[in-house]
Amino acid sequence: MTLQLQQSSQASLAIRGVSKTYRVDDRPLQVLRNIALDIAPGEFVSVVGASGCGKSTLLRLIIGLDTEYDGDILLDGQRIAGPGPERGIVFQEHRLFPWLTVADNIGLGLEARGAGQSEREQAVSENIALVGLAGFEKAYPHQLSGGMAQRAAIARALVNRPEILLLDEPLGALDSLTRAYLQKELLRIWQQEQVTVVMVTHDVEEAVYLSDKVVVMEPRPGRIGAIVPVDIDHPRDRAAPEFIALKERILGALAH
Amino acid sequence: MVDLSASLPPRTRARTSAASWWERPALWRGLAIPVALLIAWFVVTRLGLISSHLLVSPEKLVALPFVDEAGRHVWFALGESVVRLVAGFAIGATAGIALGLLLGTSQAANRAIGPSVNGLRQITLFAWIPLLTAWFGNGDSSKIVYIALSAFFPTALNTYEGLRTIPAHYLEVARVLQLSWRQRIVRLLLPGALPSIFIGIQIALITAWIGTVGSEYAMGVGRGIGTFMAGGREQFRMDVVLLGVIILAVVGYVINVICGRVFRRLLHWQGSPS
Repeated sequence: MTLQLQQSSQASLAIRGVSKTYRVDDRPLQVLRNIALDIAPGEFVSVVGASGCGKSTLLRLIIGLDTEYDGDILLDGQRIAGPGPERGIVFQEHRLFPWLTVADNIGLGLEARGAGQSEREQAVSENIALVGLAGFEKAYPHQLSGGMAQRAAIARALVNRPEILLLDEPLGALDSLTRAYLQKELLRIWQQEQVTVVMVTHDVEEAVYLSDKVVVMEPRPGRIGAIVPVDIDHPRDRAAPEFIALKERILGALAH
Repeated sequence: MVDLSASLPPRTRARTSAASWWERPALWRGLAIPVALLIAWFVVTRLGLISSHLLVSPEKLVALPFVDEAGRHVWFALGESVVRLVAGFAIGATAGIALGLLLGTSQAANRAIGPSVNGLRQITLFAWIPLLTAWFGNGDSSKIVYIALSAFFPTALNTYEGLRTIPAHYLEVARVLQLSWRQRIVRLLLPGALPSIFIGIQIALITAWIGTVGSEYAMGVGRGIGTFMAGGREQFRMDVVLLGVIILAVVGYVINVICGRVFRRLLHWQGSPS
């Protein structure tokens, strides 16, 4: 069981000609047009773009909260038709249930799969350790800082050992110090868990710092403008000329 | 080891180290008007400015439940009223919370029953009295039904509202985590609606208490604070009536204090409201 999970814990995600149209005041509004993107197992991909470019919508389609779209989103060849334990998501707001302790919040996903008590306890404590929240198992969300709450949310998303971790501006609401720190943490967690990550962000530097490739989206309707690979070894130096050059290139693509 | 320094927890709530009652200015400000009224009352009756038949002096009123034959009945009356309150409230609140849960979790039920409930809710509670007495007579069953009705609507409404206002964000989390139907109820809907359900219970207890005394007053069979006051009025015993009023207020106050304490403890996960 564990072995199988380990082996399958790297999934390829294929987004083929995906378009999405909402109806606003009875008029169709296209938010995504013909998105095509292949994400390799274990890859860290960031999606950047101005607000309204549909990057969060794309994430909602991948997680399965919205299943009405044209085209295909294939996870290991299977079309996504709803949420599943092989995908986890962290939203910009931590969305922890305020009436549950950190441990209970993280354990929710295991509970949903009918995991036994001991399996649950072990997985919860492993993930709490992974995100560096040991000692805060019994704390309630209101007792946590923004950064700690977001760590708990990351642990909740990882507890089912998903193949794909989706991050919807996960650090967007944090102060810059906590943000820089949690970027390092994200990097460590990604390397440790070898999970495929798709992160939506509006912070280009964050995208370059973390990702294997950066997808630049353009708004109205949301479409892919450029896909920029980042071939710099980790840990990356934000002050290095190649880092800055890449950042400038992406900012340039965004300004189109 | 992971460094937590960048995300330290907020300073644990500075708990005001249980200030003694004489050190709390808010308490004193709140007491100013009642104390002034009490003094005025004392002075007015002492000077004989108002006939003692209409306004009994405070010291006589305090003694009334202990020395006076009619006054002593207040204890039995209070006991009976509280029993009635508890019985009626238990029935009404249980039904109300159940209906609120049904309406808040089932679209179909909401569409089928919601409008009827909203229609019934518009009927002033007092308007039920003639109907209830016609259906159930002047005895206890009428009163219990009336009290239950007065507890029913606040609990149903607040339970429903509590469920309806659970943030969509949390519902999305439940979908992403694929929580089962049972888990959604136990882990999300019930605890999420709990603050509102508690408000409903508190309002229901107060309206049920008013309903208790009102029904006793209007359906004058048996004992109870309402009947006690009605009797006092008939015998022109304003002191008895006044005692009833004070008991009414004290019970209402006690209900509020107990609810406040119990609910705050049960909702500890909310943290301090500051």
